[in-house]
Amino acid sequence: MSHVLPFVYNFPSFSILLTLMAGMVTPFIRNGRAAQKINFGVITVVGAMNAIVLGTLMGIGGNGEPTSYTYMMGHFPAPWGNELRAGPLEALMATLFCLVMALSILGGLKDIYRDISPKKQYLYFLMMNLLLSSLLALIYTNDLFTAYVFIEINTIAACAIVMIKASGETVVATIRYLIMSLIGSGILLLGVCMLYSITGQLLLSSIQEALIPIVENGEYTVPLAILVGLMVLGVSLKSAVYPFHSWLPGAHGSSTTSSSAILSGLVLKGYLILLIKMCYRLFTPQMLADMHITDVILIFGVAGMIIGSVKALKEKHIKRMIAYSSVAQIGYIFMGIGLGSDIGILAACYHILSHAFTKPMLFCAAGNLVNNSGHNYQIKALKGSARKSPLAGIAFTVGSLSMIGIPLFAGFVPKVFFSTAAIGSDWFRLAVVLIALAVSTVLNALYYLPACIHIWTPRKSEEAAHGDAHGHDSHGHGAEEAEDEDELVHDEHHEKPKMGISFIISMVLFIASNFALGICYQPIANVIEAGIRLLG
Amino acid sequence: MWDYILHHYYEIAAIILFGIGFMNLLLQKNLIKKIVGLNIMDTAVYLFLAARGFIFGRVAPVPQDFSVAPTVDQFINPIPGGLVLTGIVVSVSVTAFSLALVMKLYKRYHTLNLDEVLVLAKEERKQQENGEGGND
Repeated sequence: MSHVLPFVYNFPSFSILLTLMAGMVTPFIRNGRAAQKINFGVITVVGAMNAIVLGTLMGIGGNGEPTSYTYMMGHFPAPWGNELRAGPLEALMATLFCLVMALSILGGLKDIYRDISPKKQYLYFLMMNLLLSSLLALIYTNDLFTAYVFIEINTIAACAIVMIKASGETVVATIRYLIMSLIGSGILLLGVCMLYSITGQLLLSSIQEALIPIVENGEYTVPLAILVGLMVLGVSLKSAVYPFHSWLPGAHGSSTTSSSAILSGLVLKGYLILLIKMCYRLFTPQMLADMHITDVILIFGVAGMIIGSVKALKEKHIKRMIAYSSVAQIGYIFMGIGLGSDIGILAACYHILSHAFTKPMLFCAAGNLVNNSGHNYQIKALKGSARKSPLAGIAFTVGSLSMIGIPLFAGFVPKVFFSTAAIGSDWFRLAVVLIALAVSTVLNALYYLPACIHIWTPRKSEEAAHGDAHGHDSHGHGAEEAEDEDELVHDEHHEKPKMGISFIISMVLFIASNFALGICYQPIANVIEAGIRLLG
Repeated sequence: MWDYILHHYYEIAAIILFGIGFMNLLLQKNLIKKIVGLNIMDTAVYLFLAARGFIFGRVAPVPQDFSVAPTVDQFINPIPGGLVLTGIVVSVSVTAFSLALVMKLYKRYHTLNLDEVLVLAKEERKQQENGEGGND
């Protein structure tokens, strides 16, 4: 590291500080719309800054070689001070997370203003700022205790965006979410403290330096195994891997559309990125493999993939179904980490991105479809709703196909990478991963495709006239040509289909980025690969 | 063995307290008791940290006698103290948030028992679905 840093290298710390500042300013505004504008301004600026960082780190305009750097916060050198670390992987995640957050808020903007009482709307955007800052800090930090502090900020902000809807269901969901999160962070903190008392360091790289001789000499084998277990357990609790997922469907299924989208798309991922960083920068993949921690992670992941999908299959509430599907997708990511190879982590990172772009789209589209069918969340009540708002229908279909893993959609690419990673592994893991992938894909198709077909099936005319008001599953015989008329009548009775310009922008960009991730995957995979190489 | 326990009784007490707090947070039905459990758990971790950072006969690195040059072996490591302070701030804010949430819950359901709340919430949801979604 040269003495004078290029100015661009300040951007990660600027973006964390900027989002925190925006969070501090928002309470004085007390106006939802103005707070929203500030939030969007901040997200745009932060996204642009991180994109520039990404470009610089990938060597665009320079020598073309990817680089990474550590950044001192203040003037205290390595073992004492607090540090950020930025590499291509971190910058890519930060940039795309900003994009996903902006699109998720846009996609559910109407719902935010409907579900949240006007007095509290500005607080929602305050929480968004805090959430973004904590995610950025989790992505960039090189200090274990800073990571813990921002995990707690993340917990509070995430719980707040669930409970702000203020219905009984959300308050109950929040309390369950909060309890599980607090258990998770308490366990993680104990692990961090044990690690500190063994190594005497808090910076990830310094801990690693101190750990390598300890592990080589065979000292502290039992405490190390326990603390690694505690830290992985803490992260698993917070990212809702299968046995610890009980809080997720409630929290993600009952909150307002944007909250569900951001919780599924981003909040869970922050912890997973922390776990990936822990694998490479805190411990070494070899260390974890010797302790068989990766095997445990693999088993959790595979179990989550199957059982999350089975539970989603049974679910009749559309948002809870999508939420259970998140459990399965987090299982995929855990499986990638559990394979322990670089390509496994590459697959996990790519899946983080593809899921981050797909799940919020599904939630926003489902929110819009639900609004168009009388605010009823039952899947059977959504019959024909896609015909009223075709864009939401298309987005839901694209999202479903992507989640199933059809080629050309974002969800397909990580599945290829997962299979490739499995082939590089021993035969037992190969068998487990390939069977799990196959079973899980079939299960995904089993619950997403019927929902897709259902939303596109036209309602019979009698149903369209009475359906939403009474929820009849009746059997009217309507002529096709009568349908449009009926819809008009219906719309006058209820609200007009909600298709604000913000929703259209959000959906179009989501669909476009989904295809981009599915078709032009090579550049993104290259960035991730370079990032992982520099992490290790 | 006894020697070991005598030397590390702070840490052992901390881990036992952590277990007590953890089980309370996990198993108590009463939400206020759950939050008390959370606080015990957090405090146990801070006790653990503070105990790791303290050495008998030494003081915090603030020189009091300037006539002699301070040496390293007079002082303890101040970083765990700093971590404990940060941790206390975090735990206070989390506790405040949880208590506010519990208040909200109590105003709505008039009980602090989580199981009862869950049952009530389930009934509420069913009613809502029936109200909105028709009667089939």
